[in-house]
Amino acid sequence: MCPVTRPSEYDLGLAGRKAVSILYAQAIPGSYAIEKLDTAPCRMACPANLNVQGYVAMVKMGKYREAVEIIMEDLPFPGILGRICPHRCEKSCRRLELDEAISIRELKRVAADHVELNDIPVPDIVPRNEKVAIIGSGPAGLTAAYFLALDGYQVSVYESMPEAGGMMRYGIPEHRLPRSVLDAEIDNLKRYGVEIHTNTVIGRDLTIEELQEHGAGAIFLAIGTWKGLKLRIPGEDTAQGVSDVTSFLREVHLGNLKKVDGKVVVIGGGHSALDAAQMALRLGAIEAHIIYRRSRTEMLAEPEEVKEAEKEGVKIHFLVAPKFIASENDRVTGIECIRTRLTEKDTTGRRRPIPIEGSEFFIEANHIIPAIGQEPDFGNLIQKLDLKVSKWNLMEVNPETLQTNVASIFAGGDVISGPATVIEAVEAGQRAAKYIAQYLQGKELPTEWQEEPPMGADWVSLPKDEPIKERSKIPTLPVEKRLAGFEEVNLCMDEDTAKQEAERCLDCGSCCECYQCVNACEAEAVTLETHAQKEDTTTIDVGSVILAPGFQPFDPSKFDTYNYANHPNVITSLEFERILSATGPFMGHLVRISDKKEPKKIAWFQCVGSRDLNRCDNPYCSSVCCMYAVREALIAKEHADYDLDCAIFYMDMRTPGKDFEKYYNEAEDKHGVRFIRSRVHTINPFPGTDDLEVKYVTESGEITTEIFDMVVLSVGMETSPAVVDLAGKMGIELTEGNFCETTSFEPSSTSSDGIFVCGAFQGPKDIPESVMEASAAACSVGINLASARGSFVKEKVFPAENDITDQEPRIGVFVCNCGINIGGIADVPAIVEYAKSLPNIVYVEENLFTCSQDTQDKMVEVIKDHNLNRIVVAACTPRTHEPLFQETMRNAGLNAYLFDMANIRNQCTWVHSEDKKIATEKSKDLVRMSVARASLLESIPAISVDVNQSALVIGGGIAGMTAAISLADQGFPAAIVEKTSILGGAARNLTKTWKGQDVQEYLSKLIDKIEKHPDIDVLLNAEVSAVSGFVGNFETQISVGGTTKNIAHGAVIIATGGQAVDTDEYLYGKNPNVTRWHDLENDPDKLKTAESVVFIQCVGSRDENRPYCSRICCTASVSQAISIKEENPDTDVYILYRDMRTFGERETLYKQAREKGVIFVRYSLDKKPTVTEIDGGLEVGVFDPILQRSIMIQADLVNLATAIQPAENDKISEFYKIPLNAENFFMEAHAKLRPVEFATDGIFLCGLTHYPKSIEESISQAMAAASRAATVLSKDSIQISPLVSQVDAEGCIGCGLCEEVCLFNAIVLEEVEGKGYRAQNIPASCKGCGLCAASCPQMTIDMLHFRGQQIWESVCAAM
Amino acid sequence: MTDFEPKIVAFLCNWCAYASADLAGVSRLQYPPNIRPIRVMCSGRVDPVVIIQAFKKGCDGILVAG
Repeated sequence: MCPVTRPSEYDLGLAGRKAVSILYAQAIPGSYAIEKLDTAPCRMACPANLNVQGYVAMVKMGKYREAVEIIMEDLPFPGILGRICPHRCEKSCRRLELDEAISIRELKRVAADHVELNDIPVPDIVPRNEKVAIIGSGPAGLTAAYFLALDGYQVSVYESMPEAGGMMRYGIPEHRLPRSVLDAEIDNLKRYGVEIHTNTVIGRDLTIEELQEHGAGAIFLAIGTWKGLKLRIPGEDTAQGVSDVTSFLREVHLGNLKKVDGKVVVIGGGHSALDAAQMALRLGAIEAHIIYRRSRTEMLAEPEEVKEAEKEGVKIHFLVAPKFIASENDRVTGIECIRTRLTEKDTTGRRRPIPIEGSEFFIEANHIIPAIGQEPDFGNLIQKLDLKVSKWNLMEVNPETLQTNVASIFAGGDVISGPATVIEAVEAGQRAAKYIAQYLQGKELPTEWQEEPPMGADWVSLPKDEPIKERSKIPTLPVEKRLAGFEEVNLCMDEDTAKQEAERCLDCGSCCECYQCVNACEAEAVTLETHAQKEDTTTIDVGSVILAPGFQPFDPSKFDTYNYANHPNVITSLEFERILSATGPFMGHLVRISDKKEPKKIAWFQCVGSRDLNRCDNPYCSSVCCMYAVREALIAKEHADYDLDCAIFYMDMRTPGKDFEKYYNEAEDKHGVRFIRSRVHTINPFPGTDDLEVKYVTESGEITTEIFDMVVLSVGMETSPAVVDLAGKMGIELTEGNFCETTSFEPSSTSSDGIFVCGAFQGPKDIPESVMEASAAACSVGINLASARGSFVKEKVFPAENDITDQEPRIGVFVCNCGINIGGIADVPAIVEYAKSLPNIVYVEENLFTCSQDTQDKMVEVIKDHNLNRIVVAACTPRTHEPLFQETMRNAGLNAYLFDMANIRNQCTWVHSEDKKIATEKSKDLVRMSVARASLLESIPAISVDVNQSALVIGGGIAGMTAAISLADQGFPAAIVEKTSILGGAARNLTKTWKGQDVQEYLSKLIDKIEKHPDIDVLLNAEVSAVSGFVGNFETQISVGGTTKNIAHGAVIIATGGQAVDTDEYLYGKNPNVTRWHDLENDPDKLKTAESVVFIQCVGSRDENRPYCSRICCTASVSQAISIKEENPDTDVYILYRDMRTFGERETLYKQAREKGVIFVRYSLDKKPTVTEIDGGLEVGVFDPILQRSIMIQADLVNLATAIQPAENDKISEFYKIPLNAENFFMEAHAKLRPVEFATDGIFLCGLTHYPKSIEESISQAMAAASRAATVLSKDSIQISPLVSQVDAEGCIGCGLCEEVCLFNAIVLEEVEGKGYRAQNIPASCKGCGLCAASCPQMTIDMLHFRGQQIWESVCAAM
Repeated sequence: MTDFEPKIVAFLCNWCAYASADLAGVSRLQYPPNIRPIRVMCSGRVDPVVIIQAFKKGCDGILVAG
């Protein structure tokens, strides 16, 4: 419906969206918004403020009637102005910046010419008693009459001439404005209640006083300027044949002057001069001259009109002034003229004409028509009234209100301004109507000019690739036909041309305010009020702020050698994501942009806008691009049902996240993605095709050229300038790379107290890291605002629940149209009729949107009125909408589980949209199944369990301690279980973090705080020995030095840690000079004497046994190497690595190390380095892929970065029934969305037991775990899903099958005296899966809400 | 048999298969209209006895997805 199409931000401009749009299908809030920018310049330029963009858009759509309706909001004369408006709008058209202005006036005419005015309904007018008299029926008078009549006033217009229209009729010639158009538009005003009295001269036939006596509460003088100004040259008054232009044209239009003989000279440069000359030619003049004392550029008439007049034969003499009029026998014989020249611009900006002495010449003429100006002809009109008149003989009024010095009399149009254009008179009419109405309502009128607020210029940006489109030509009548009569010269554009012309509009203001969406919205959600909504500024008082402003993708346009800006098939990774998306511009079909062909070969270029100080200013690694490029390549291969070649050009493949390395290996080994280690300099278009030529150097130094169908640039992340600005305003320090400065120990705290940070603004990172950090920031706020917890919480109160146990089912069915989503495909009324025929149905209704708030309110009423006890909604999916309707059930006093949904949208109309009949029949079946099930639904009481508001933390390393103190500082007691005799874990070996901060100092302070904290209990030499319970109510048995202790707690945090492994490679353990990890830096004496140190990376990581990257080793070795170089720059330091994975801002360390002379040598898994003992030291051999030869390094010390592996976790995994992955790391509930939780409620994880990570990442994750745990611990009791198993103890034989299959410890065998064992369910632990019920050989276990009988009824109803 | 339109009951796990069927709708994927979905909280809830009974009742196919 919306006529304005804008590039979709979500699809990165690859597809369009409307000015009314939703950001993307799953956006939150999931509603449409209207994009309104500043008013388009065309509208601002229009004196009458016409909604130009609106009616142009309507012409584009072929909606002429709507276009005219838009025009008539501001103007009663669409056809007249569509012909004679001087169109200031076109001069302001931004299309001029590209090519030519839109032919706006013509489009207005096209609309007007295609609409019968009588078809446009007159709005409901509420009549008022007040009368207004308007004197003069020109455009000012009639416009005022139109708007006052629309307001309900009784309007009488008095006109001295025989017909209404003023100068539109008696000034503008018919060849410019056909009388049929004029008559129709004036006549149309009668429908609005305007009375026009012609041939009535006020001051002669009636006086103003009489009008007032007859009840006119206000009078509007719009009498125009009907008296021609004199030339003031000799001969003007004496000779016959001199007639001013107004008199001349009036006589012609009155029909008194039908023929002009001989030659005519018109003096002047305005529209009326042209009109007179062209009219004279049509009346038979043999020559028509115009003399004008300035040049062509100064002419007031439009250049195209001047040209058309010249075509007709009008001779225009520029820079010529009249001197005297010659006559013989009182008849004009000609005019003596003198040539002029123009001065430079004077202070008023005009160039004055100066006569040139001796340049006189004579033009023979029979008629002289001065057209140099006009003034009002007051006649007897204002004689008795004391109205003020200026020295120019114009009425004096308040410029804002048009009120004269007599309060009830207003004046406007030419009578106050001197001769002007029709559109200006319309503006005067609008203004007069507005203030006359205010005056009649007794409102105070402003006494001074009201300055409009300055208009902004925030318009849509000019489209970059907009092709040049010429302005459409207006067809005109051939010249020979024109002079034969008074036929209209300008013809109407045909509809196709008009449409094309309207399509040139750039939609400057975005929403064009055509209000088609208001008419279209059946739910009345979009209204004129919606359109009037403005941005407003609100102040919110808060105790803390979390900054999560994210990143902006790097714009590769500035890399000219990549041709991103010029070649459609060079795209960014984000654009590629949109292409792959099912909701994207090509519906998930993998095609390239230029020709929509399926690509056969795609290349990815890594590090575009990252790790680059050469062509941009981003020294850091963006952390995520390697992984997303691999993912994009794999998904692209999945989308292509042919053999797609994917090549990734990279420097170091950085996949250090959990399970990332396996994904990378699979991409290469299993799916054949090619990984090419090369940084490509240039992408060239391959001549004659849309393909791209990529020239690169292989690892071994060969120059290779490959042709690709498309190239994807893996663009990096950067902080947007707006965020940098925001940080400045908030006093937040930024890093060198413009990310938020944080410390290793407080990774979510900014440099400003109370302001916290998370996500990519904290440093480039992926989703799991961002989600963890978000919870960490929430934890920081939780600590900061612990005392205020719960202070803004409002509890919702529901009415008491009706007991329906003994009632017969009374089912209500609500069938949703979902706009057109269901109703446009299935026959909803037929479904409704069908539903009425089903058993137990009491009430059925159809809704446009069943989920709308008003339907919810109505549903409550219907339930009460009809005493319903089961409800079925046939609409979308229960996964999104069941909670909403369940709340409505509770509001109506029904149990939430007496409700069922028939999914006739997602699983019916959307997937069978091509066959309406089938969709209708299946919908009926789904409703029948739902109703059958609903009859058996029963009330299920909520289950609420008390929460023990304390936590158990397993592991006393940095992660465990941070988690414990984060909870304790929020007021939740915590117990730490540490299996060794000392707190600190793996951090005890570290000296400093990669940011250079002292670990031991931090650690001792933290341990001190933990030990002194009243809410933290530390158990050393302790291990978990048994576990029972469930969320909110765990009981864990701890063995402490031979004794056991039971701890009751509501949540548990697993932080069992990890450590670097030992190795038998590279002489470790055999030679004292081969060390690992921090052994080296912790032995400064050894380092002092060393001349050569070699670090070997990936020892035991990224191999068959441990197919994962240990993530922190590259940074650790690089940091150590820098320290050695700083201590002694002469020490040779080598790092033998596979891929340098200094991700994020750690990259600066790598750069620093290279600058300090650390030598980096890459090795591959199949050519591992060797370490051998030689006299006096060690010799390290490695194959250098750049030199393509082995090199030998004499080393004093060799330090190994061995793999990090998790602690022994098997027991904990069994106790809490939480899963481990193949490498013995704990497996979180969801890698991205729930990175610190387990699927089992109330159990959380953090630290090295999740995956190798740095101290800051451990702290972040520990705080995240604490934050998630606090969501459980902060409640006195928790509601858990009551959809649990139910055991019929009578039927149970105690076989124990249920206990065996239950994954959640939710059903156990209990000894019952005299009966042996019987199954007993633990509702709080039960997930409602029903495995027990399906396994029970006695069928004595049933599932609430999914009872065997309920399922069976659905099955039967499906048949 | 060309006119044969099987009646298929599909037991869909709320957490995965049912969500997938919803997503198929969101993506406007078109598939034959023969299945009649029944939502369960886990495919493990589907009792083999119910499957047999459903066949006896005249069902032509059963899909258990989870």
